[in-house]
Amino acid sequence: MPDVWRHAWLLARKDLLVEFRSRTAILSAVVFTVLVLMVFNFGRDPTAVAAIDLAPSILWVTFTFAAMLALNRAFQLELENQALDGLLLAPVSRSSIYLGKLIANLAFVATVECVGLPLFALFFNVRILPVLAPLLAVLALATVGFVAVGTLFSAMTARTRFAELLLPVLLLPFMIPPLIWAVLATAALLAGRPLSEAAGWLRLLAAFDIVFVTLAFVLFPATVNE
Amino acid sequence: MTLLKTGRWITMVGLALLAAVYVRALAFTPLERFQGPAQKIFYLHVPAAWCAMLAMGLVGIAGILYLLLKDPRVDRFGEASAEVGTAFSMVMLTTGPIWAKPIWGTWWTWDARLTLTLFLFLLFLGYLLLRGAVTDPGLRARYSAVLGICGLVLLPFIHLSVYLFRTLHPQPIVLKASAPSLPGDMLVTLLFSFLVFTILYAGFVMQRYALSLLREQAEQHA
Repeated sequence: MPDVWRHAWLLARKDLLVEFRSRTAILSAVVFTVLVLMVFNFGRDPTAVAAIDLAPSILWVTFTFAAMLALNRAFQLELENQALDGLLLAPVSRSSIYLGKLIANLAFVATVECVGLPLFALFFNVRILPVLAPLLAVLALATVGFVAVGTLFSAMTARTRFAELLLPVLLLPFMIPPLIWAVLATAALLAGRPLSEAAGWLRLLAAFDIVFVTLAFVLFPATVNE
Repeated sequence: MTLLKTGRWITMVGLALLAAVYVRALAFTPLERFQGPAQKIFYLHVPAAWCAMLAMGLVGIAGILYLLLKDPRVDRFGEASAEVGTAFSMVMLTTGPIWAKPIWGTWWTWDARLTLTLFLFLLFLGYLLLRGAVTDPGLRARYSAVLGICGLVLLPFIHLSVYLFRTLHPQPIVLKASAPSLPGDMLVTLLFSFLVFTILYAGFVMQRYALSLLREQAEQHA
């Protein structure tokens, strides 16, 4: 088992290094996030709807779309020069390839969220500091859930026609349960409701994470084995 | 008798029985006191929903079996079941609003169960789209097996949400912890309809399976 983690970490580091050297994908994702937040700002009538009513949905729709960009990139990267074949020939287990990709994707999405969250608070005048810790927990749990499924699916869609289009079509139905729970939990937190109201949603998010991370971990080898 | 012919016969029998369901539901089942004639659609809507769920469940089980056995027959069955499931979810999603308009006063509402059955339908579409986007048969079978299994695992979460959210949708009345709370006549009609829809499901799947078999043979000849 330690080997799996070591290999996973090596792979994740490779992905992140590639990302860090070029910085195109992460910059595009961040700029995209800012733009989506801006679009939402103009898409509402400030006199009719209070920002706080829309804020949780805006936050989660933005992060969902941003995550989709990151996930599309994950295996596309390996298609150039048949890098994926090289990866599969390397003496590492399939499971560590999945874990490595998952860690890299999580780091990528987390970076985007770290930039997006303060901007969201700024643009929509939402006080996030008093509830920062539970809000971060919601963010983390929901992100793990859909990035876990997304990493599995992007391994499949990368090698199909219309990859960029197919991934959202496959992934969105799976994003909906965690998305609904995350929006409800965020709404409860931002409205200053007691923590216990969000706790139920957090527990559901955690259950979703455990089930789908395990499932994706088990199923991933089937998507890459020749 | 070939599979295609057997499937065709079963479908014929199913369709004849479906006519009997109509007759029984319209003429020999009492009117519901509050909803009146609108309630009659229940005898089609619920069995169609049952078949859609059954289809998704079997697509998932076919996925598990495919990954274990690598048998192309299982994959062909999964494809057939998904396509038939799509058709049944269409029936479910069209009969639902027709009932909801007079009873709820709206065609559609973002109720938990409605939303999530819509996603069941989209899941089927995604499954079929994925199959269409992969050309290599082995790869296609493995990919759709993975997606089918994930879909199967998503279903309990769907059911969980139905109970957790406040919902407009009528709660289950047959498959629940206590005894069915439906008058005898209505229950018989409903169960009869369940049987007929399941027969139709089997008939459709057999024909669809035979069709993919024929297509594969034709491709090998070409």
